[in-house]
Amino acid sequence: MSEGLLDETQVIPPAELEEVDLYHAHSFWTKYVFSQDAKIIAIQYSGTAITIGLVGLVLSWLMRLQLGFPDTFSFIDADTYYQHVTMHGMIMVIYLLTALFLGGFGNYLIPLMVGARDMVFPYMNMLSYWVYLLAVLILTASFFVPGGPTGAGWTLYPPQAILEGTPGVEWGIILMLVSLVVFIIGFTMGGLNYVVTVLQSRSRGMTLMRMPLTVWGIFTATILALLAFPALFVAGVMMLLDRLIGTSFFMPEIIQGGELLSTTNGSPLLFQHLFWFFGHPEVYIVALPAFGVVSDIISVHARKNIFGYRMMVWAIVAIGGLSFVVWAHHMYVSGMNPYFGFFFATTTLIIAVPTALKMYNWVLTLWKGNIQLTIPMLFCVAFILTFLNGGITGLFLGNVAVDIPLSDTLFVVAHFHMVMGIAPVLVIFAAVYHWFPKMSGRMLNEGWGQFHFWITFIGSYLIYFPMHYLGFVGVPRRYFEIGETSFIPPSATTLNEFITIVVLIVGVAQIVFIINIIASIWTGKPAGDNPWNATTLEWQTATTPPGHGNFGDELPVTYRWAYAYSVPGVEDDFVPQNLAPGDVKRSDGGQ
Amino acid sequence: MLIAIVLVIIAIGSVVFHIWSPWWFTPLASNWGSLDNAIVITFWITGVVYVALILFMAYCLYKYRYKKERRADYEPENSKLEWTLSILTALGVVGLLTPGLIAWADFVTVPKNAIEVEVLGKQWDWSYRLPGKDGKLGKSSVALINDDNPFGIDPKDPNGKDDVLIESDDLHLQLDQPVKMLLRSQDVLHDFYVPQFRAKMDLVPGMITFFWMTPTRAGTFDVLCAELCGVGHHAMRGTVIVDAKGAYDKWLSGQETFAALYPNTAKVKQAAKDAPASAPVRQASQDKPILTASESTQSLRVQ
Ligand code: HEM
Ligand SMILES: [Cu+2]
Ligand SMILES: [Cu+2]
Repeated sequence: MSEGLLDETQVIPPAELEEVDLYHAHSFWTKYVFSQDAKIIAIQYSGTAITIGLVGLVLSWLMRLQLGFPDTFSFIDADTYYQHVTMHGMIMVIYLLTALFLGGFGNYLIPLMVGARDMVFPYMNMLSYWVYLLAVLILTASFFVPGGPTGAGWTLYPPQAILEGTPGVEWGIILMLVSLVVFIIGFTMGGLNYVVTVLQSRSRGMTLMRMPLTVWGIFTATILALLAFPALFVAGVMMLLDRLIGTSFFMPEIIQGGELLSTTNGSPLLFQHLFWFFGHPEVYIVALPAFGVVSDIISVHARKNIFGYRMMVWAIVAIGGLSFVVWAHHMYVSGMNPYFGFFFATTTLIIAVPTALKMYNWVLTLWKGNIQLTIPMLFCVAFILTFLNGGITGLFLGNVAVDIPLSDTLFVVAHFHMVMGIAPVLVIFAAVYHWFPKMSGRMLNEGWGQFHFWITFIGSYLIYFPMHYLGFVGVPRRYFEIGETSFIPPSATTLNEFITIVVLIVGVAQIVFIINIIASIWTGKPAGDNPWNATTLEWQTATTPPGHGNFGDELPVTYRWAYAYSVPGVEDDFVPQNLAPGDVKRSDGGQ
Repeated sequence: MLIAIVLVIIAIGSVVFHIWSPWWFTPLASNWGSLDNAIVITFWITGVVYVALILFMAYCLYKYRYKKERRADYEPENSKLEWTLSILTALGVVGLLTPGLIAWADFVTVPKNAIEVEVLGKQWDWSYRLPGKDGKLGKSSVALINDDNPFGIDPKDPNGKDDVLIESDDLHLQLDQPVKMLLRSQDVLHDFYVPQFRAKMDLVPGMITFFWMTPTRAGTFDVLCAELCGVGHHAMRGTVIVDAKGAYDKWLSGQETFAALYPNTAKVKQAAKDAPASAPVRQASQDKPILTASESTQSLRVQ
């Protein structure tokens, strides 16, 4: 393990590729609107994702109002409630988190962190964003069509999704499926770009095993997405055909309203397999970038190298691979052949091992560090806690026999919100506080950051920790109202009210975050090029924010790994990846 | 500093909440104590990891908080530690998986003496079918369902004639008698869910799914639908009443059979034999006799 040590900084010979010419935009339109600069595209992706994410957030308030105070709000009935559930879930998973982590962070960070001038195919990158925007607009349109958006649940299970009795069968479901298909087309354009850029345009000396874990996370997640989304794509197209021209891919014989429908011999379970073949990797499409970002932020702010870098890389790759053989753990009660349970429970619990190792390595990075409790660091600590909690409840749900009683209860809702709702969102906050200074040249306000952190962290834990226990009681999910149910004690109602109140408080507190961002663009403390004293290449750009082409006249050369913090014998407690060995100030007088 | 204290409070608070909160499983009413045990074992193993990791993190955050004059350690890897942790975690996983898979092996093995009970779900209520004296349920098909044959029983199958039909939301089960619950849906996915039984399973149109259990506690239990099935999902309720043998038999003797409830439909076999021309039964692929709704109503209503 000599990476990062000074005596082994051999320079890797120049790559054969010549520098690529970038298209330099001149007009406002081509610079900021139809931009081919990955950094602008990243901001466009993020802005759109956060905007639609806020819609998802408001929908969650409406659901919580109904769950906390049933029979109180006349503007929520069963139809609208199920529409809110569906749109909330789909927006959060696909249009917010996937788009933000890959399209947003991927675009901003990959070229900068691997020392490239831009993505490999800038034009396609631009198209990717506009196609994504189209997908979002189609989705949004479904709020305004007759019958409203679909209320089939974000899983869109047929036959129910395309039959009477479910809101939005007229138009909502069609727009939802079309929007997903369009999203996948757009994502594929961007995704190919991210993968090829990592493989093709790393700067001189940036070997794969010197890449920051953020890049590893986004890179692996993108590969997963490229392999997983096609399953959703075909499922979407097949369901569209079922809905529009009367095929029966997913539709068996059905009697509805006393009428035998014309469908025959289709398989509802086939859809579930396709959906979860995409759906489980999707969890890691969101989680792996988050893992990477957390690793890097912890390392920077603990002034210590990430513990077990190689293990961390292999864990990311192993988790990515394994995530394709666990999908049916979402289907233990689906009626599939019950013997599958043995296989999928085993694979699911095996995936826990590399995941747990990552967790240990984060905490071991803190161990013997020199920890600066900055806002990004605090959010990372909160992430570790919520992800620990969500990972553990995953061990319940992955273990088939344990899942049976808990499946389809609020335990599941609490679990997936901890693990892929709250945890990644905390990482997004950490990342914004961490990288905002690079994007804008200014720091975010620390005091507001503290306020935002504490409310968000404590609040989300209070929302979701107790909710698991309602699941133990047996309260089912996707219930418009619980009504009179003998096994549910009145105290559960009190808890539901409490949760709703905390949700509203946490929700309102996000305003502070948004104001902080907007205000800091103009009034924030100037950040300088490298406010956190970080080693990775994005902090070594000639200007802040970095201009088009990222690195000024010359691309950086990489001499070491990304985690040269507190290296013994060196004066500073960090050594940038591109600092030539001769320029490193030694404290022991040696050279 | 503050964050370390908060983490300690969360670790302790989680344990306290777990022990003293009023919310826990409903009292068990079936043989699936093994599922509860697997959960409790999972709680112990993961709970220890949860508390230990949070406390260790709190310790690190406090002990190694930033000091200008201090430097962090530089130790990129420690394979001994990493291997030890991997092996311990793998052992933990084996500890979780073993009781889980043992319970599952039980779950997928239906005992020989289990009697069959059919649950038929539709938007948004439940009905049930019990085998008659012959102990066998007659063949059925969604395509045969109509007003005079609400379960779609194949009239040509003699096993179906004495099937007991329960067209209300109340199902009675006999205490300590293992049952194999056969689950059918005529429209969309549903899920037969009685929290006290622990077991649950989806009803899937186009196939027959199942689970088995033995009711071990007499009483009245709510049936809920646990798979989103449209706007009435939350209102799709039923009741299961577990009776001791005497009471159960008394209830059963008060229920009507297919032949008694729908004599015209049940008799169709003879009718078809007497007048074959009047029964246009198309044979679909597989073994499902398929009638269109209008054809079947006509053909079954002749005579
Ligand atoms: C604090 C913010 C959030 C709140 C208050 C919230 C609240 C809720 C509620 C009340 C439900 C319905 C639960 C039920 O079925 O009974 C729900 C469902 C869901 N949420 Fe969230 N949520 C939040 C953030 C997120 C995030 C960030 C994600 C991203 C992964 C997410 C993903 C989902 C999904 C996938 C569903 C399932 C939808 C379905 O059942 O079809 N939520 N959420
Ligand atoms: Cu999964
Ligand atoms: Cu139902």
